[in-house]
Amino acid sequence: MYRWFILLCLFFPLLTQADAPGDVIDGARLYARHCAACHGMRGDGGVGVPLRLPDFQAGVSDAYFERTIRLGRPGRVMPAFRDLDDVEVSAIIRHVRSWAVTDAPPHDATPVRGDVKRGAGLFAKHCAVCHGAQGEGGAGTGVTFSRPRDLPVIAPALNNPGFLTAASDRMIRDTVARGRAGTPMVSFREQGFSEQDLDDVVAYMRSFGERPYDVPIDASDEPATLVFDSPHDLVTTVEALVRAAEGRNFRHIRTQTLEEGLWPEGEDDPHQVVVYFCNFEFLNRALQVDPRVGLFLPCRVTAVERDGRVQVLAINPKRLSSHYNNRELNRMCEEMYGLYVEIIEEATL
Amino acid sequence: MKRMLIGALVALLCGLSVPAFADQLMMVRSTQTFPEAMLRLQEEIKARGYSLSRVQRVDVGLTGMGYQTDLYRVVFFGKPEEIRRLSREYPQMIPYLPLKIAVFAEDGDTLLVATRPSEFARLFDDPELSGIFARWEADMDALFDAMRVAE
Ligand code: HEC
Ligand code: HEC
Repeated sequence: MYRWFILLCLFFPLLTQADAPGDVIDGARLYARHCAACHGMRGDGGVGVPLRLPDFQAGVSDAYFERTIRLGRPGRVMPAFRDLDDVEVSAIIRHVRSWAVTDAPPHDATPVRGDVKRGAGLFAKHCAVCHGAQGEGGAGTGVTFSRPRDLPVIAPALNNPGFLTAASDRMIRDTVARGRAGTPMVSFREQGFSEQDLDDVVAYMRSFGERPYDVPIDASDEPATLVFDSPHDLVTTVEALVRAAEGRNFRHIRTQTLEEGLWPEGEDDPHQVVVYFCNFEFLNRALQVDPRVGLFLPCRVTAVERDGRVQVLAINPKRLSSHYNNRELNRMCEEMYGLYVEIIEEATL
Repeated sequence: MKRMLIGALVALLCGLSVPAFADQLMMVRSTQTFPEAMLRLQEEIKARGYSLSRVQRVDVGLTGMGYQTDLYRVVFFGKPEEIRRLSREYPQMIPYLPLKIAVFAEDGDTLLVATRPSEFARLFDDPELSGIFARWEADMDALFDAMRVAE
């Protein structure tokens, strides 16, 4: 079912082809606006993979680019750009191509046939260490210069429906044969892969597309805010929150009023108290998976007293995780959600 | 016309199959170094009538615990009266207040990330709020544009 949708998405640009007006669209500007945050101003990578490398540029067609931009990589950070029109997409592609030293190869739809079972063995032996046992990709994405991680470039997800739909069999085969100099992806032809080995491993990777792929859940039914009533007064509630967090290996960072720093000291409302706490091991792991997640970490709960009644409020990590298009992060946010609920429930028992 | 209709239908179907991610977060890369970008950001925030309430030094916490990270801060800001009124009238919004931007260094550049304010309109469905969110959105767009070109 999902594959059917993806196929439809593929044809969508063809159905809505715009008549290109006198081509004044500025690809560099569009790239800076939509892509540079992740792929770097000059295509050196960041949260995204590098786009300027000669082997990459020489190995992928413009059709691959176009489909990748349209479909994104569901659950692997790369967004699907549906609001860009065809003229804008081609302008972006032209800009990215300005880094190339060779011509783009034509799109070659010739299927590659091979022995899936044999390919599975080769994949497990040679590829799984970086791309994951099921082709789910490495932990985190891209280059991310901000912290040390397993590899200088994290291996992309190969089971991703966005990738599998964008890439032709020949493109996958050429990439495995050629490798990408400047990244951990080596040339498997140079590693001694035969033509048969290449065919088989491609056939195996194609079989990923036949397995179910859990697209990031639509979290729009999740409430934005977790709200709990506390039977205690404000001070007792805050103390209980700190204790409950510390009991779960969190470090208490700070307690302050919500308005602290906004209003002069003494004029801030004392009835809204924020408790910050953090598990640095968890935070570090989350930042490796997605460096953007600092936006809602460290953890925070707010105790509020109104008319003698105390409530404890927190963001709902499950709801927010859907902003990141990151399957791995979704799992961590589920974990965080569980911890929030445990801490607040214990404190408001 | 028919082509457009089919297009719209397909777009709709695609929209159902994969949620649109592209714009729930705002993200911008500044080619300024981290200290320059932090200064510039604070100026840009104030220039739009917001007050800075705090800068959380995430990097300091992490390195203090033995984890390696490049510079990483979260900047909190808001308009004092507005934050007060929203927190009183819309307590559900409290955990999301004040506004914030995560700022981190990436190889000589600086990245800025924020939740797109219009996304709040989906979190908190209220006509009065949507006006406020639209204003925040316009301010944040201008702010991020300023940071993108900041040299
Ligand atoms: C040492 C780690 C490592 C190993 C082993 C490895 N890869 Fe890769 N692979 C990578 C990285 C990193 C990239 C991304 C390169 C880039 O930035 O362009 C990549 C890219 C790819 C791509 C292109 C994906 C895309 O999104 O464009 C394919 C296809 C691929 N690898 C297949 C394989 C296969 C098949 C094997 C085993 C025969 C394999 N890789 C082994 C690290 C690895
Ligand atoms: C929010 C971050 C983000 C943005 C914005 C983004 N990308 Fe990506 N992109 C990624 C990530 C991450 C991957 C690799 C996915 C993986 O690791 O599985 C990727 C992969 C790609 C690939 C495949 C590269 C390969 O080796 O095969 C292309 C092409 C690409 N992006 C182009 C673009 C273009 C063009 C834009 C702007 C229109 C863009 N991206 C915007 C994060 C992003």
